[in-house]
Amino acid sequence: MMNKIWLGLIVLGIVVGAINGKMEAVSASILQAAIDSVEILFKLIGPMAFWLGIMKIAEESGFTTLIARMIKPVMRRLFPEIPPEHPAMGAMIMNFSANILGLGNSSTPLGIQAMKELQTLNPQKKRATKAMLTFMVINTSSITLLPGTMIGLRVAAGSTEPTVIIGTTIFATVCSTVAALTVDRFCRLVIRD
Amino acid sequence: MLNIVQVISIWAIPVIITLIPCYAFVKGVPVYDTFVKGAVDGFKTVVRIIPYLVAMMVTINILRASGTLELVTKVMQPVLDLLAIPGDIFPLVILRPLSGNGSLAFVNSIFQHHGPDSLLGNMASTIMGSSETTFYVVAVYFGAVGISDSRYAIPIGLIADIIGFIAAVFICNLVFG
Repeated sequence: MMNKIWLGLIVLGIVVGAINGKMEAVSASILQAAIDSVEILFKLIGPMAFWLGIMKIAEESGFTTLIARMIKPVMRRLFPEIPPEHPAMGAMIMNFSANILGLGNSSTPLGIQAMKELQTLNPQKKRATKAMLTFMVINTSSITLLPGTMIGLRVAAGSTEPTVIIGTTIFATVCSTVAALTVDRFCRLVIRD
Repeated sequence: MLNIVQVISIWAIPVIITLIPCYAFVKGVPVYDTFVKGAVDGFKTVVRIIPYLVAMMVTINILRASGTLELVTKVMQPVLDLLAIPGDIFPLVILRPLSGNGSLAFVNSIFQHHGPDSLLGNMASTIMGSSETTFYVVAVYFGAVGISDSRYAIPIGLIADIIGFIAAVFICNLVFG
C-alpha cells in the first residue's frame, strides 16, 4: 500500500507543479528535502544516545519494570498482548511521560526505544503489530498536558497571557486522543492480523 | 501558572536523570558502564531512520513547492465554512501533520499579523500544542525498527489530527470568542 501512496503523491505533486508552472521550485525542493532530513536526524543523534544510555540503566536496575507495575491496570488494558512486566511497557510509559510534560526532544528517543522493545515481540519484522499501532496512535494524537514549546513561542512573540492556552490545549488533546483510541479499538476488533 | 509550567519544564529532566541512576546504584548496577553500553546504539539507530525520513520529506516538499497543498486548501473551503473554521487558520491543518518547522513558521506569521493573544493566535497555539507531526513520527518510529508496512497508523493519526483541530477551534471560539 505504501508503494502506491508514495508514488501517487509524488506524481500528483509533479503534475500540479507542472500545471502551476512551478517546476523550478519543485526541482530545487527535492534535494533540499534530502539535505534537511539528515540535518534533522543529525540533531537527534545526541539526545538519542543520551536517552538510550539512561534507559539502559533504567532497564538493568529494574526501574522500568517498577513504573510499569505502578500503572499496570491502564497499560494492560491498552496493550493486552504485551506481557505486563515486559521492558516495552516501561519504555512506553517513559515516552508518554515525556509527551505529557511537553519534553519534545526527549519523547522521540524514548519512543524509538519503546518501538525497539515492541519489535522484539513482533513475529513479522516488516509489519506493524497491533500494540505498535496503539502506541503510535497515542503518540500521533499528542498527549501534551504542558505545551511548553508553544508557551515559549508565545512569550517570545510578546504575549501578555502566554499560559491561557493550557486549558484549551488539554481539552483538544483529550478529544483527539479519545477519538483516536476509539478508532484504534474498532480497528483491533475488525482488522485481523 | 507560567511559573508552575516553567518549574516543571526545567526540573523534569534533571530529576529523572538523578532518580534513575541513584535507584540503579542502590541496586548494584554499574551506572557509568551501563550508560555507555546503551548510548553506543544512538548513532546506529538514527542512521537507520535516514532512508525512511528522506523518502517522506522529499514527497512533502514536492507537494508544498508545487502548490498542491494550496490546491487542497481551496478544495476544502466549503467544509471550513460549514464548521465555522476561519480560513486564515486552515493552512495549519494541512501543514501540521506534514511539517513541524513549516507549521511553526505559519503560527509565527499568525502571531505577527494578529498578535499571540488574539482569537486566531490562541487558536493556532492550541492547535499546535494538541497535535503532532504525524508523518514525521510514523516515519521515524517505524523507520528505526525497519518496518515498512505501517498499516492503519497514518489514517488514524490523521483522524486524530482532524478531531483535535475541530475540538481546538470549537473550544477557542467558546473561551476566547
